[in-house]
Amino acid sequence: MLFVVCLLPVAWYAGDLLMHGVQGVFERYADPIKTIEHQSGIWALRFLILTLAMTPLRLLTGSLWPIRYRRMLGLFAFFYACLHFLVYLFLDLEFDLADVTEDILERPYITIGLTALLLMLPLAVTSTRGWMRRLGRRWKRLHRLAYVAAVLAVMHFWWLVKLDISEPLAYALILAVLFGIRLVARQRQVARYMRRVSSPDGAKRNPG
Amino acid sequence: MLIKRPDDIPASEITDPELYRQRRRFLQQGVAVAGAALTAGLWLPDSVEAGTRLANVKKSVWRVDEPLTPYRHVTGYNNFYEFGTSKAAPARYAPKTLKPRPWRVTIDGECEKPGRMDIDDLIRPHALEERIYRFRCVEAWSMVIPWVGIPLGAILRRFRPTSKAKYVRFETLLDPEQMPGQRTRLLRWPYVEGLRIDEAMHPLTILAVGLYGEVLPHQNGAPLRLVVPWKYGFKSIKSIVRISFVERMPRTSWNLAAPHEYGFYANVNPHVAHPRWSQRKERRIGEFRRRKTLMFNGYADQVAGLYKGMDLRRYY
Repeated sequence: MLFVVCLLPVAWYAGDLLMHGVQGVFERYADPIKTIEHQSGIWALRFLILTLAMTPLRLLTGSLWPIRYRRMLGLFAFFYACLHFLVYLFLDLEFDLADVTEDILERPYITIGLTALLLMLPLAVTSTRGWMRRLGRRWKRLHRLAYVAAVLAVMHFWWLVKLDISEPLAYALILAVLFGIRLVARQRQVARYMRRVSSPDGAKRNPG
Repeated sequence: MLIKRPDDIPASEITDPELYRQRRRFLQQGVAVAGAALTAGLWLPDSVEAGTRLANVKKSVWRVDEPLTPYRHVTGYNNFYEFGTSKAAPARYAPKTLKPRPWRVTIDGECEKPGRMDIDDLIRPHALEERIYRFRCVEAWSMVIPWVGIPLGAILRRFRPTSKAKYVRFETLLDPEQMPGQRTRLLRWPYVEGLRIDEAMHPLTILAVGLYGEVLPHQNGAPLRLVVPWKYGFKSIKSIVRISFVERMPRTSWNLAAPHEYGFYANVNPHVAHPRWSQRKERRIGEFRRRKTLMFNGYADQVAGLYKGMDLRRYY
């Protein structure tokens, strides 16, 4: 069910294409390539943030259900990021290699956007149960790259807008709140642990 | 060359200043109606709603041989930050709040005959021309638009600029009631643009009052906007209320907002990239493949001489 909902953004534009054809789409949207490029990017960022919202949600609600959806949301973030990159590469730049290299080397927002995508690649690959088992504790450490990818994605958006930064700012704030919740939860955890260690019966349980 | 080049007629011959003066005297003598009809402009002050057909528009030799961008995109996809930052915002909000009549325009600064007049009085002495120009946005999209307007130089000469008039400064209406986007602080309001005097007097530079043969829609900068076809779109300031002859280079809105991204000259130039995107190619609205961007937007034969000896990388 959620899977279908996650497909809605791309289905919306695919539906337009099916119903109106290429010609019709160009009549409806002044610049359909820009539209799909922008929308896929926005949805990649939204799914990435949603993915990172699952742990804070668990911490706040105390229930485990958000974690069950984390992988799927993360993979959708990767899916939309790939779509975004492919539209940029083939439809926007028409695979003009000179343009692509110039963009990547000389335009920091492109460089970090691509970096964010590359960081997500190993995360998508190792998202299976098998890889979780194989990597053990290292899996968790590896998947912290998702935070880095999210920060880079917001910066990518921030640097590309002309003047009106209200939209990227909103995403940056949401991300900051999510990080804040984790930080507070973690500090509480540490405090609880310290209390346990320093209390008399805690000391009994941990002799030496 | 895609532009049909006309014979080299000096602009002064097309619009003889002496003729204007005679015309004005004529009008003042109380035959305004007959005068207006005779001067071929036939500007109709009673029916200036957007979409009204403009009468007696003469075709100009300045017409690009490329398909016109559909009306719905010309009027539905543009930047006009006074109404919001999305491309759809101007069409959605400008018709609701902007009131293009009555409209007064001030012409002042370094000139012998400054004045403040109703837009219809400003326009009436001139014949309206249709100019089909390429329009290139700094964001790397472009259109082909059939403007209706008057060469700016012809209007400016009526006010007798002095030798101190080195630049022309243009100002958009400042009224957050009519332009709600001015409540934000994205740009320094009112929007200000400027041209060097020779650029302003160039025969390609026009003040537009219409497009597609009709009165200019609100979202496209009604009732009066600048069109400078060899420069990026942000130079073509909309809804003008003030034109000033000045000695110093005016400080323009986008240049103040991001000086290293938007220069004063802002000539279309495929060899000078914007810091965040290449300007080598452009997407013509309505087309699938990108086009190569032409030097001075394809008007190099007409305007390259204005910049002879200038380093266009430095003066972008």
